[in-house]
Amino acid sequence: MLVTTALAVVRLRSLFATVMLTGIYSFLGASWMFLLDAPDVAFTEAAVGAGISTVLFLGTLSLTTREERPTRFRVLPLIVVLATGAALIYATLDMPHYGDPQAPGHIRVAPEYIADRVPTAGGDVLAVDIENVVTTVLGSYRGYDTLGETTVIFTAGVAVLLLLRRRSGDTGDGA
Amino acid sequence: MKHQSILPVVSKLLTPYILLFALHVQFHGDYGPGGGFQAGVIFAAGFILYGLVFGLEAARRVAPPLVIERAAALGVLLYAAVGVATMIKGGTFLEYGVLAHDAVHGQHYGILLIEAGVGITVASVMIVIFFSFAGRRGRP
Repeated sequence: MLVTTALAVVRLRSLFATVMLTGIYSFLGASWMFLLDAPDVAFTEAAVGAGISTVLFLGTLSLTTREERPTRFRVLPLIVVLATGAALIYATLDMPHYGDPQAPGHIRVAPEYIADRVPTAGGDVLAVDIENVVTTVLGSYRGYDTLGETTVIFTAGVAVLLLLRRRSGDTGDGA
Repeated sequence: MKHQSILPVVSKLLTPYILLFALHVQFHGDYGPGGGFQAGVIFAAGFILYGLVFGLEAARRVAPPLVIERAAALGVLLYAAVGVATMIKGGTFLEYGVLAHDAVHGQHYGILLIEAGVGITVASVMIVIFFSFAGRRGRP
């Protein structure tokens, strides 16, 4: 279904239908994440991919046209895409089988996170004691990374403001 | 949208529940799926729905861009401030254990605060981006 939707997105000329199909694609992706027992990721995908980015696409669409101009078929991009795709698929062959208990991700750090013990400077251990392991990992074990992610989002917002506000001459206080 | 009545009524009914659900996701992230990022996005979605249905001006009155822009910075600062606070209290950066007498409680407070920071930043940035995109063509 994901592949069918993706092909439809590529083939369709009507941009409105394309935006709607990208939303559907995100929802399918979210359901897929959920089936893989990753509700946190599915949540994000559904809210951002299907919700907010669709709205942003629609907002952009109202600024431009609704139809895509027909473009000439070119061979080089197709070759590049096919080569990259083939390389990625080749790389997945080396990945451990899905659900393999001996996978490196399952035997190296995950047991420590699930056992929930933080090594401290004094050499003793203490528990975070929060039921959602994802929250524990993001908030505590990987706190620096999450701070970095938040900063990235903030930077993105500032960048959008700087780019769009100057051009529209909008002062931001309800103009 | 002026002469439609179903959309405004339904979205007016739904908006409080969307915001409530966002808060639930925010503070329930310790126990179920969710957390600051997801909650921020859902919170922003509530405002965006309001802006889509009632027009950008109405949304800007509810969420003044000046406030939202400062809130975006406030979230990051709150996150970093938690890190600095743990340093002042004698731990390393973002070592939540020192925030309370009991280290486990400290972890809980720390995660709650940084999730709040993430949520504030994400929601504000999403609303800001929506305002900038939608505001480019005058009014929707």
